[in-house]
Amino acid sequence: MTQPLSRDRSETVFEDYKGEYTPDQALVEANRCLYCADAPCVKACPTHIEIPQFIRKIATGNLKGSARTIFDANILGMSCARVCPVEVLCVGDCVYNEQGVPPIQIGKLQRFATDHAFEAGWRFFEAGPDSGKHVALIGAGPASLAAAHELRRHGHRCTIYEKRSAIGGLNTTGVAPYKMKADRSVEEVDWVLGIGGIEVKTGVTIGESVTFEQLEKDHDAVFIGFGLGPDTSLDVPGAKLPGVVGAVDWIEQMKLGKVPTDGVRSCVIVGGGNTALDCVREALGLGIPQVTMVYRGVEEKMSGYSHEWKAAQTKGARVEWQALPVAYEGDGKVQRVRCQRLDTNKKPIPGAEVSLDADLVLVAIGQSKLGTLLSQLSGITIDGGRVATDEHGATGRKGWYAGGDCRNGGKEVVNAVAEGKAAARAIHAFVTGASNA
Amino acid sequence: MPDLSIDCAGIKSPNPFWLASAPPANSGGQVQRAFDAGWGGAVWKTLGTPIQNVSSRFGGHTIGGVRGAGFNNIELITDRPLEVNFREIYETKKKYPKHAVVVSLMVETREEWKDFIKRSIDTGADGLELNFGCPHGMCERGMGSAVGQEPRVNQEITSWAVEYSTIPVLVKLTPNVAEIVPHGLAAKRGGAHGVSLINTIKSIIGVDVDRFVLEPRVSGLSTNGGYCGAAVKPIALHMVAQLARSKDFGLPISGIGGVSNWRDAVEFILLGSTSVQVCTEVMLRGYRVVEDMLEGLEEYMRRHNFDTVAQMVGKAVPSYSEWGDLDLNYETVAKIDPQKCIGCQLCVTACQDGAHQCIHPQGSDMAVKLGLKAPNGGSHARVPVIDESECVGCNLCKIVCPVPDCISMVEVDNGFAPSTWNEHVTLDKKLRPKKGAH
Ligand SMILES: Cc1cc2nc3c(=O)[nH]c(=O)nc-3n(C[C@H](O)[C@H](O)[C@H](O)COP(=O)(O)OP(=O)(O)OC[C@H]3O[C@@H](n4cnc5c(N)ncnc54)[C@H](O)[C@@H]3O)c2cc1C
Ligand SMILES: Cc1cc2nc3c(=O)[nH]c(=O)nc-3n(C[C@H](O)[C@H](O)[C@H](O)COP(=O)(O)O)c2cc1C
Ligand code: SF4
Ligand code: SF4
Ligand code: SF4
Repeated sequence: MTQPLSRDRSETVFEDYKGEYTPDQALVEANRCLYCADAPCVKACPTHIEIPQFIRKIATGNLKGSARTIFDANILGMSCARVCPVEVLCVGDCVYNEQGVPPIQIGKLQRFATDHAFEAGWRFFEAGPDSGKHVALIGAGPASLAAAHELRRHGHRCTIYEKRSAIGGLNTTGVAPYKMKADRSVEEVDWVLGIGGIEVKTGVTIGESVTFEQLEKDHDAVFIGFGLGPDTSLDVPGAKLPGVVGAVDWIEQMKLGKVPTDGVRSCVIVGGGNTALDCVREALGLGIPQVTMVYRGVEEKMSGYSHEWKAAQTKGARVEWQALPVAYEGDGKVQRVRCQRLDTNKKPIPGAEVSLDADLVLVAIGQSKLGTLLSQLSGITIDGGRVATDEHGATGRKGWYAGGDCRNGGKEVVNAVAEGKAAARAIHAFVTGASNA
Repeated sequence: MPDLSIDCAGIKSPNPFWLASAPPANSGGQVQRAFDAGWGGAVWKTLGTPIQNVSSRFGGHTIGGVRGAGFNNIELITDRPLEVNFREIYETKKKYPKHAVVVSLMVETREEWKDFIKRSIDTGADGLELNFGCPHGMCERGMGSAVGQEPRVNQEITSWAVEYSTIPVLVKLTPNVAEIVPHGLAAKRGGAHGVSLINTIKSIIGVDVDRFVLEPRVSGLSTNGGYCGAAVKPIALHMVAQLARSKDFGLPISGIGGVSNWRDAVEFILLGSTSVQVCTEVMLRGYRVVEDMLEGLEEYMRRHNFDTVAQMVGKAVPSYSEWGDLDLNYETVAKIDPQKCIGCQLCVTACQDGAHQCIHPQGSDMAVKLGLKAPNGGSHARVPVIDESECVGCNLCKIVCPVPDCISMVEVDNGFAPSTWNEHVTLDKKLRPKKGAH
């Protein structure tokens, strides 16, 4: 089982951004669903949950069946209901959008059914009869958890090796607390592990405390689900000043412990992706009065979702478009960020600079890729830092599979679940001799 | 784990859910897909001398924005060649030996019945269903409801079928009769092993008000059709229960009419159906609706500790009594949960205009005059007040209230011992004073 979290965590001040449905609200929304055939919402969900079925079952009062439909496709359906960017996934493709009618709130309905299942203590799946096979999984994030659960349904023993003490990967340490707090993710991890036969060894860094070769020797197959590496940083003067921190690092500290905010008057967030947008809303939510995002491109080009940016703006976020930090300045700690203005081609505009006050700088310009760690293993190909695989998640090395952020370069939890599950099926075929892939 | 399998008049199936004889059970490909989706049985689209259908054929009744809440059709029996139907029935049964395949038949002469029954049995089918129910097109030819409405003819044809058949015979009854029981009894006298009901109800689904033509329109004319779908469930439940509680009847029942989800099916079973047939919901939403029916039924059985469907069959029938045996001294009044009330005042209008004028807006002249105070904890000034001394406990407000469990009907202890009308008349038992009757 997982280790208890500290109660005193900065993230606990946040409330759910998308509230939960009351039973009446869920019923009204569920009855609105058209029960489409070959539904586009299902196609847009990476785990292909039978959305019309689970929604209809809410409407008929068959909540248990509803939850079963969800979990059968996506064992992390409870957290996905909260953290999925539904606006660009299932909800974004609901046919009601075509009609100019508000789309079905699939995420909220999914939350209604899965929360109910957790509360009622329903479990739906049992481990298959012991196959005598033993699979190693690197990293205890969504990809490995989904893979391990699927492998257990086929009766294979699983050991997950996790370098951190917290289990759940970025679902526990990374997602914005107004979507889901760490305790909920940990609860879900316990629920998933409840199928039995999955051992989680924490504090073990594969490649350091245990070599890849050793891992291979000890197991019948290996699943790589170690996600992405630490935050990348900007190589500019002052990068080492106290107060300049990596965004993902800072978020982890906020979610598992405390981040200091006393005396922080202004915060600059560097980047224009979803992690940057999360940081903006998190910094504001923690009570930092002035929060400014600095992005080198124009609004239309930022990789962060526009619905997230809209939400950040309503909370009072400021922004500097087309600006690039060139130095962090301050006396013993960061106090200012000096930025160079860029034109629309991201080329510096000579002489155009802006200086922003900052007691805290969160650098959200991406996470490094861990793939290269594996480069000494023959057969495994690394493509732009990502572990290259076929469509089922098989790498070029016999018995080695990969899924999640390390394979796709960093997408969503639901993608990690889908890839983990697909790889588990391929591993099952491999260890039972049904395929040589 | 509860056992969903059933034996309805000797026809066995892995669960009680059968496709009714209708378009969803028109062909082998369809029935086999339905079995794959989870249906336990199918009654093949009625076979007879193949007919020619009109276009269009179906009409939908939209109620309050819900499409197809009621449905009707003017289609006839199968229009496909008989050999093709029989071959597909044979193939389907061969491929799905554990599923129930029932052949529905509607022909005229004794010779035809003999011939069709033999050919049906040769397919390996599990049972026959005699279609005495179709309310349009076929009755003009002396078949369908023309047979079902005439107990003597029903009995006679049933007896032919039973004579020629080596497999169970169900008689499908038409609801287009004043009383269903004599027709069930006629089938029983004819030797039927069970009955199915209801077939569709004579209806006109609507009028195209700009063309001045009935719907569904066939060129410039139309005709009456058969009504079915969710809207007919109450009528079907009544007819099923009438037979189930008839002391003289006692045959297995396959319940049909407006089943849309697991709960509807449970209601049919509790009122005496062993299997449940579905047509319209499948026509509107596909075979996949059975997934919820199966799960919902299983979960319901678990919750109530039923191990088999047989234990459920007819469980609610004893509660179906005569009006004269209802306790007139049982009294309920409406109570509003002020926390849940959203202040729409639908209950006020319903009670004022449609019931006994005992729900009043808070602070209205009447409420003040009667001294009715705002309920404790009322979230706002629009929570209505109820004059319980006038409330007859009719349920109307609870029915219109859009908030589940906001209005509840609460039993009142009025000090009177139970007394029915019959007891009052025969034993002179005392009745409580009437409410709202001045
Ligand atoms: C700030 C942030 C916010 C996000 N918000 C959302 C969101 O709202 N919604 C959403 O769907 N997605 C979100 N994501 C993305 C999502 O979290 C990831 O796509 C998902 O967690 C990937 O799962 P994974 O299992 O591949 O990797 P991870 O979740 O990263 O898990 C990998 C695990 O492997 C461990 N590990 C790494 N190296 C080793 C090693 N050598 N040995 C042992 N263990 C190792 C790590 O400690 C970690 O626990 C967010 C990501 C970030 C960074
Ligand atoms: C389009 C249509 C065609 C039907 N054809 C037949 C038929 O051939 N034989 C028959 O016995 N009943 C036929 N029925 C009646 C159905 O089998 C069923 O008894 C009725 O529709 C009530 O069930 P439902 O409310 O689930 O639709 C037909 C119904 C419809 C809607
Ligand atoms: S898992 Fe995510 S994408 Fe899939 S249906 Fe649920 S909320 Fe939508
Ligand atoms: S597309 Fe929208 S309406 Fe259609 S099934 Fe999906 S959620 Fe329901
Ligand atoms: S109908 Fe229900 S919600 Fe509306 S006013 Fe009456 S009690 Fe309140």
